[in-house]
Amino acid sequence: MTNRSGRDLAEIRADFPILAEEHHDGVPLVFLDSAASSQKPQAVIGAIADYYRHTHANVHRGIHKLSEAATAAFEDARRKVRRFINAESRREIIFTRNTTESINLVAQSWGRSQLKPGDVVISTVLEHHSNIVPWQILAEEIGFTLRFLPVREQGQLDLAEYERILREERVRLVTVAHVSNVLGTVNPIAAMAEKAHDSGALILVDGAQSVPHMPVDVRALDVDFYAFSGHKMLGPTGVGVLYGKRDLLQAMPPWMGGGDMISHVSLDGSSWNELPYKFEAGTPAIAPVIGLGAAVQYLQELGMEWVHAYEQQLTAYALERLSEVPQLELFGPSAAKEKGGVAAFRLADHHPHDVAQLLDAQGIAVRAGHHCAQPLHHHLGVPSTTRASFYIYNTEEEIDALVAGLYETLRILG
Amino acid sequence: MENLYREIILDHAREPRNWGVLDPADIDYEEYNPLCGDRLRITIRIGEDEIIDGLGWSGEGCAISQAAASMLGEEILGKSLEEVKAWTRDDMLALVGIPLTINRVKCALLSLKALMIGIYGQKIWDRMEMEDED
Repeated sequence: MTNRSGRDLAEIRADFPILAEEHHDGVPLVFLDSAASSQKPQAVIGAIADYYRHTHANVHRGIHKLSEAATAAFEDARRKVRRFINAESRREIIFTRNTTESINLVAQSWGRSQLKPGDVVISTVLEHHSNIVPWQILAEEIGFTLRFLPVREQGQLDLAEYERILREERVRLVTVAHVSNVLGTVNPIAAMAEKAHDSGALILVDGAQSVPHMPVDVRALDVDFYAFSGHKMLGPTGVGVLYGKRDLLQAMPPWMGGGDMISHVSLDGSSWNELPYKFEAGTPAIAPVIGLGAAVQYLQELGMEWVHAYEQQLTAYALERLSEVPQLELFGPSAAKEKGGVAAFRLADHHPHDVAQLLDAQGIAVRAGHHCAQPLHHHLGVPSTTRASFYIYNTEEEIDALVAGLYETLRILG
Repeated sequence: MENLYREIILDHAREPRNWGVLDPADIDYEEYNPLCGDRLRITIRIGEDEIIDGLGWSGEGCAISQAAASMLGEEILGKSLEEVKAWTRDDMLALVGIPLTINRVKCALLSLKALMIGIYGQKIWDRMEMEDED
């Protein structure tokens, strides 16, 4: 399968200036940490620089030409994001700082106004901390019950338990990752959404590890809320997105007060601006939003079907090569087609920090630790893992380099 | 510049038609433009066959929002509620008839927003905004 732009891998890699840099003197960079944050193509870097050089002014209230141009560029990025995830309207696209803030928005606005003692919110053991802690804080305050779906051997959610809780308890919300940031498990979101709705519950999806890597259609999935980050999908840090169904967003109270989010303010009280501005208090991250628009455009030029297919091919190769390494234990689904582009592993009983350090010395950037998923690691019975993750600019040669690096690590550590 | 401040706009802004609120009125609704604080109050009397047979408005705002309100009032006086309900954002922008930049569109739409929400409630306006924007 070739990508929509018809360009080859060398050309794609050339779009990312950082990939041409030496990691250490004379050692090229092998970047296998995109699940934490991806690198940025020149199209994104340039869009941000051009914006600051030629267009910058504050958005939305200005009458002068610069403010008009900045507003148009900012809102154009919102339209690009809308089309990218197939939301019905740009008004359902709320810009936040990141996935974490998007989830906190739902907790503090919808959760705080809707959840009552005795209600149940379902999360899962494989969630990132950002989809656990906001609910724990709120549960402590309100007194609703938080349930965590267990995972089975290969990292799949226990869906029988899911249906049992939906059937027997007063579930108001299901909040679940689309793709696990450690195991790579792809959860069956459309089926889970249907079951949640059948029980009168809403569903919020953490899409931080899905939107960058596969086609996502929020209407086909029929999710109520969908959260993701710009910086994991070739965009800049500082911008994330919350998609929400219009009727839900319309009925939700604001969670932050300030400029831009009001309709009218008097000292006796205030009324709220229309969507999406009701949830965008204060001057937004204008340049990062415009950068995110450029990132979306870049991904669409390649085509998300290709992005997904290429990553699956790389992941299959990585799983095969890694399974040859002695004393290496992989976690998560063993088939590439069942998982996102991550490989989390233990190498003998060596601490992942030592493994990552020795790989770094060889130019290979991976992540080590609990990856903000301590409950999952507790379930796996290990304190931490080493994680290699893949994106459109990675190559099979880089995976070979990782494998060679692991052999070298074993040689040094014994 | 002359495009934006064409004679017809300045004429309506200087001498707004149907200025002044009706009391009593069947509909009396006030709306704000959050971008600049403009205020627009619209009052309507509804006669036989749901025909708008009285209309008056007041407000504070820029020449474009005031002229737009004046033009809209002239346009809908004597029309039926059913005809008014069919109005769209694009109809309003066509009525005002000047090229508007993104931050000024709201000025031209303020009176239509007040009218629609005043007669039919918030939901119809939310729907109009959703339908008309990508």
